[in-house]
Amino acid sequence: MPTTVNACNRKYIVKRTSILKAIFSIILVLLTWLSFAVPSFAQLEIDITKGNIDPTPIAIPDFIGTDANTRQLGIDIAAVIRADLERSGLFKSLDPASFIETQTNIDYEPSFSDWRVIKAEGLVSGRIVADSATRVRVEFRLWDVFAGQQLSGIRFATTPENWRRTAHKASDAIYKALTGEEGYFDSRIVFIDEKGPKTNRQKRLAIMDQDGANPQYLLGGSDIILTPRFSPNSQKITFMSYENVVPQVYLLDIETGRRELLGDFPGMTFAPRFSPDGTKLILSMSRRGNSDIFVMDLVSRSTSRLTTDPSIDVSASYAPNGRKIVFNSDRGGSPQLYVMEADGINIKRISFGKGRYSAPVWSPRGDKIAFVKSLQGKFSIGIMDPDGKNERLLTSSFLDESPTWSPNGRVIIFSRETRGRNGSSEIWSVDLTGQNERKINTPAKASDPAWSPLLP
Amino acid sequence: MKTHFLMMGALSALTLAACATKADPIPEALPETPVVQRPVPVAPTPPPVVEEVSPVLPPAPDLNLPIPGSAEDFAYRTGGEPRVFFGYDRYDLTEDARNALRSQADWLNQYSNYAAVVEGHADERGTREYNLALAARRADSVKAFLVSQGVNPARLTSVSYGKERPIDGRSSEAGWARNRNGFTNLTLTGQS
Repeated sequence: MPTTVNACNRKYIVKRTSILKAIFSIILVLLTWLSFAVPSFAQLEIDITKGNIDPTPIAIPDFIGTDANTRQLGIDIAAVIRADLERSGLFKSLDPASFIETQTNIDYEPSFSDWRVIKAEGLVSGRIVADSATRVRVEFRLWDVFAGQQLSGIRFATTPENWRRTAHKASDAIYKALTGEEGYFDSRIVFIDEKGPKTNRQKRLAIMDQDGANPQYLLGGSDIILTPRFSPNSQKITFMSYENVVPQVYLLDIETGRRELLGDFPGMTFAPRFSPDGTKLILSMSRRGNSDIFVMDLVSRSTSRLTTDPSIDVSASYAPNGRKIVFNSDRGGSPQLYVMEADGINIKRISFGKGRYSAPVWSPRGDKIAFVKSLQGKFSIGIMDPDGKNERLLTSSFLDESPTWSPNGRVIIFSRETRGRNGSSEIWSVDLTGQNERKINTPAKASDPAWSPLLP
Repeated sequence: MKTHFLMMGALSALTLAACATKADPIPEALPETPVVQRPVPVAPTPPPVVEEVSPVLPPAPDLNLPIPGSAEDFAYRTGGEPRVFFGYDRYDLTEDARNALRSQADWLNQYSNYAAVVEGHADERGTREYNLALAARRADSVKAFLVSQGVNPARLTSVSYGKERPIDGRSSEAGWARNRNGFTNLTLTGQS
């Protein structure tokens, strides 16, 4: 398990046995279709492109254990899966008190009629088997109750300490089996932990699981740290820090704890993001008041300048294919969104609605761009197609900003600030459909979230 | 005692005069013994007490005024605090800002033992990165104006704080107006 890091110590250490390391210890055995063939007429299928007004009812009994330890694991794992699926807004986890059947062996078909009576459309039956003191198998089967068919059956071999990630992986598998799309539960969020009133905020770099569990501090205390973003393999974080007089962009390896100042720029560098292949970093540099977009090759460390306009050019974000870049510029007189080729040519404005647009982020699916729009004193998170069509606002508040996409491009999390000296700063999530707005628990005030890709 | 002795002297003189015709040789009164004054030990002359003559008093100092050349003096001479304000999403200098910056430049030109970090600040109504860029422009506007007034650019570093360091916590027009500013933060260089 990852260890908590001394928040005030810049030369912090993260144990090498971090959660990412544990990836390799999970042997994900895909025993799909443990006993049945692929059902060709499954009825339970969820269309996540619609605003889902009626979440699908699903029954997730505690996973069966054979002793006290595995029984507790089974209770904990089932609880995490229920919470994951509930939070997606697509599912309603039924109250275990309403369950009629108590399964004792998941290798037998459940009594479907018992589950139909309580209106469960899906059933997840799982068990934990201890292979040794340090190894367990977590197995589950997902049933389509109305069709009376198994949709998925998966076994994970792992350590008992790794139960939370295992639960998230099970959630991802269930989500995928029912929606046809990749899940996003086995992922993490890097963010800025905030303390103090607005006039004296202390900011620290922190990381947590996507559900808010396992928060840990990575850096900071004395300097302002802003806008962390994950590398595509989730191993590195780029961020901006005020530890020198002129703030600069840094790289942090969250596994080794190694931190480095990026580049030798003659002005402030900020707004960093990785390219989709992780070989480049795009950022803005401000010189004599003018901010332009630069790209740095992380291997050769050579930089090239992509914009030369005397206006503000900032918040660049690559399309997932790496060929295009969306960015924010006030070259037209007010902040708007523009798209250009990866080499800086063919700059086209894409935002034309009323209001001021900023902070664009390209979806990992490539089909949408999330942004912040301010209009009439309110701030909204919105989405539009990469050509600017189909603009839709998903949220509205005093101040919503810093959108970031779930790994599957179906959910956006963002930071929400409230008015006044002691105004809060929180992390919220919302569906692409604009439904299911939820607060994500954080240890204190929080801002600038960035969602990792699905962990490997 | 001394009076008594003199009286005795006078009496005896009278007695002697009365017997003058009767006896020869005639005693003659000796001249009175001069009073030998024993020298009094001479103490060294005490040194004169040196007293400074009070100088002519200057006008009474105003205890509220800062010491010339101090950071407080810089703030005092430049309008209370060395901070100039900007309009919403603006980075051009108002006439008030120019006047305040002229005072700043005069002072900086007089007291060359200071450098300054010129901070640009934005209000909270804007996304973080855009505000970093906007506040960078504000810091540069201030710096460029000070340089135009003769301040050596090597003494000035401009830094954008975006919306990270508001001075007014209110989420109101008045609070936001105060938070859109350029602040000239003095630092001692040790040179003069």
